[in-house]
Amino acid sequence: MGTLESGSEIDGFRLGEVIHVGSMASIYRLAGAEGPLPLVIKVPRLGPGERAVNVIAFEVCRMVLGALAQGPHHPTLVAFGDLETTPYLVMEYIEGPRLSDWVRRAPVAAEEIARLGSAIGLALHDLHRQDAIHLDLKPTNVLFRAGEAVLIDFGLAHHNHYPDLLAEELRFPVGNWVYMAPEQVLGIRCDPRSDIFALGGLLYELATGRTPFGNPRSSRELRRRLHREPVPPRALVAGTPAWLQEVILRCLETDARERYASAAEVAFDLANPAQVEITERGKRDRPPGWRRRVQRWLWARKFEPAPCPPPTTAAGPVPIVMVALAAPPRAAALSEALHDAAGRLLAADARCRIACVTAVPPAAALSGEREEDTPTGRHIRHLVELRRWASQLDLPEERVTYHVLESEKPATALIDYARVNEVDHILIGAPQSGAATRLFPGVCGQVVADAPCSVTVVRARSSV
Amino acid sequence: MKLALFADIHSNLEALTACLAHAQALGAQRYAFLGDLLGYGADPLAVLDLIERHAAEGAVVILGNHDAAVLGRPDDTLNSNAKAAIAWTRAQLGPQQLAFLEDLPLVVRDENLLFVHASAAAPEQWIYVTSLREAGDSIRAAAGAFVFSGHVHEQKLYYMNAEGGPMLFQPIPGVPIPVGKHRRWLAIVGSAGQPRDRSNKACYALADLERERLTFFRVPYDHDLAAQKVRSAGLPARLARRLERGA
Repeated sequence: MGTLESGSEIDGFRLGEVIHVGSMASIYRLAGAEGPLPLVIKVPRLGPGERAVNVIAFEVCRMVLGALAQGPHHPTLVAFGDLETTPYLVMEYIEGPRLSDWVRRAPVAAEEIARLGSAIGLALHDLHRQDAIHLDLKPTNVLFRAGEAVLIDFGLAHHNHYPDLLAEELRFPVGNWVYMAPEQVLGIRCDPRSDIFALGGLLYELATGRTPFGNPRSSRELRRRLHREPVPPRALVAGTPAWLQEVILRCLETDARERYASAAEVAFDLANPAQVEITERGKRDRPPGWRRRVQRWLWARKFEPAPCPPPTTAAGPVPIVMVALAAPPRAAALSEALHDAAGRLLAADARCRIACVTAVPPAAALSGEREEDTPTGRHIRHLVELRRWASQLDLPEERVTYHVLESEKPATALIDYARVNEVDHILIGAPQSGAATRLFPGVCGQVVADAPCSVTVVRARSSV
Repeated sequence: MKLALFADIHSNLEALTACLAHAQALGAQRYAFLGDLLGYGADPLAVLDLIERHAAEGAVVILGNHDAAVLGRPDDTLNSNAKAAIAWTRAQLGPQQLAFLEDLPLVVRDENLLFVHASAAAPEQWIYVTSLREAGDSIRAAAGAFVFSGHVHEQKLYYMNAEGGPMLFQPIPGVPIPVGKHRRWLAIVGSAGQPRDRSNKACYALADLERERLTFFRVPYDHDLAAQKVRSAGLPARLARRLERGA
C-alpha cells in the first residue's frame, strides 16, 4: 500500500489531509470524525518494494500503544484494522510544537533546555513505569502540549509484557542511529536506560547544535560510540553551565549502569539545577586527550553491556523518598525516629534516594535586622539544619538532596513538591503537642490526605 | 471462541477443578488436555472421570508419557518416585479407564491448531522443549499450525522471527498476548497439577481464537488438601512436599 489520496476510505474511516508521509507509514487527518479527541489515521507502507520492518513496526505500535494506560504522554489508540487485510491505526492527533523546532534554533538557553528535558524525562518515566521502552527517541518524535511532553511513534518500542517482535529481526539495529544507545547497537532492546541515553543526545544537540556522535552512515561508524566519548558541550559552547553538562554526559555514559537509573531522576535534576552534584564530568572543557582516548578504547574492548533491569509494574526504578522535616527542628526523639525510618528504607533498597525537605513561611514576613535573620541567612540556616540531620545517614552526595520550600501553606508546598518531583514515599513526623503543632496545625494530616504517594507518619517511641 | 488448555495435571483433582472453574468464569467454551493426566497425584479416578466427561463433549485429550507408563509402555526417563506413583495409579484403574487411555492420540491437529504433549517433531519420543533448537524443531514440524504443548512444567511462549529463527518469551500471568495468525507460535501452557517454579499455583492458558490472544494464568488452589491426599494414599512424601512448595 503506497500513499493514498485524501478522501479515500479505509474500513469506513474517511481520510482527510495528509499530515506526514514517512518511510514507514503515512498519516492523515480523519475527516468527518466527531468526538472528544481529534484523530489521525496511520497507514503503513506495505507491499512490493517496501521494507519488512514496516509491517513489524506497525504490529509493535499497535501492541505497545494498545497496552499503555490512557495518559498525557502518548497518543491514545482508538481503533485498528486487521494486519493482513486492511492495516491501519486510528489514534489521537497531538497538536503542538515538536522538539525539532528547538533543535533548529540550537544552541538553546540552559533554562529552556532544562524545562524541555525535564518534561521529556517525566514522559519517559511514565512510559518506563508501565514496562515499556520507546527506543526511537528523536527530535521529530517529541511534541509539547500544555507544557508536557508527548512521545509519538511507538513502531520500534519494546514492552516487557509482550514478545519482542523486533529482537534479532534485522542485521542492523533498528532505530535512529544518531541517538541510539550503545547497548542498542549491540542488539539489546530491554533496557529503559537506552531512552535515557537518547535523551542525553537530544539535550546535547539542544545545548550545542551538534549531535554527540555525528551522523553515522555505516555500522562501523555507529559502533564508534562504544569507545569514543563525546566532545564536552562546554568545549563547543563556552557558556554551558556545569550542571547541564553533568546531566547530559551522565545520560550519555556508554555503560548503562553509569547513567541515571531512571528518567524521573533526570527530570528531577533538570528541575533542580542547584541540586546537581558536579563531578569531573560537568567540569570538562576540552575534548578527551590521546591518553584518555586510548584508555577508553582499551576499556571498550572488554565492555559488556549491563543486564536489563527487572521489569517493574509499580514504580520507577529509583525510588525517591522525601523526608519532611519541621523547621525549627522538633524534639530530638522525633528526629531520631525519622532517622531510623529513613535508614530502614535505605537499607531495603540500595538505589533509593532521599530528598530532605522543610517548608517555612516566606522570609519577608519575619525578616529582622541581624544577618542570620535576612532571607538568605535564614535559608542557609535551614539548609544547614537539613544537612546536619542527613549527615548521620552517611549517604554518598548523589543520593541525598536538600530543599527549603518557602510558603504560607507548608502542607500544600510539601504535596506540590512530591507531585512535581515524582516522590514515591513521604516520611513525616507525627504532630506533637507544643509550639510546632500550634503554629502549623494539621500539616501532617493534610499531607496524608492529599499526597500523590505513600506517606509514613513517624512517631517517637513513647518513653512510658 | 475461547479455548482453555491444561497440561501435566498428574491426578491433581483440586488443581484441575480450580483451573476449570477459572476458565469457565472467563467464558471458555472449548477444552484441551495436553497429556500427563495421571501420575504423582492421589485422584486418578476422579481426574479421569472429569476429563472423560469433557471429552464426550468434544474436548481434545492427548496422551502423555506418564499415561503411557500407566498403560505399561516402558519409560526409562521416569525417576523412582514417578515409577512408584505409576504402579500405585495402575492399581487404582479399572478396564474402562484403561480403555479410555488406550484410545488417546499422541497428536491432534485441528486446522491451524496442533495439540501435543511434548514435541511436534517426534511426539512419541517425549522430547523436552527446553531450548530454542527444540522449540524450532517443534514449530517447523507443525507446518504452520499454532502448537500447544506441555511436558515441560513451566509456562513459555516461543515464536519465529521474520528470519525463521525461534525466539523465547517469558509470559506474565494474566496479561493477554497478541498472537497473530501470520506468525508461528509454540505455547507451553505449564503444569496444572505439579508446578515446579517455586510457586504452588496451578498453571493453564486460555486462547481467544477470534481475537488472536493468548493469556497464561496462575490459579491458587487447595494444595494442602491435594498434598494431604498424596500422604494418605501412601505415595512418596516428596510428591506431597512438591505440591506445597511448587518445587
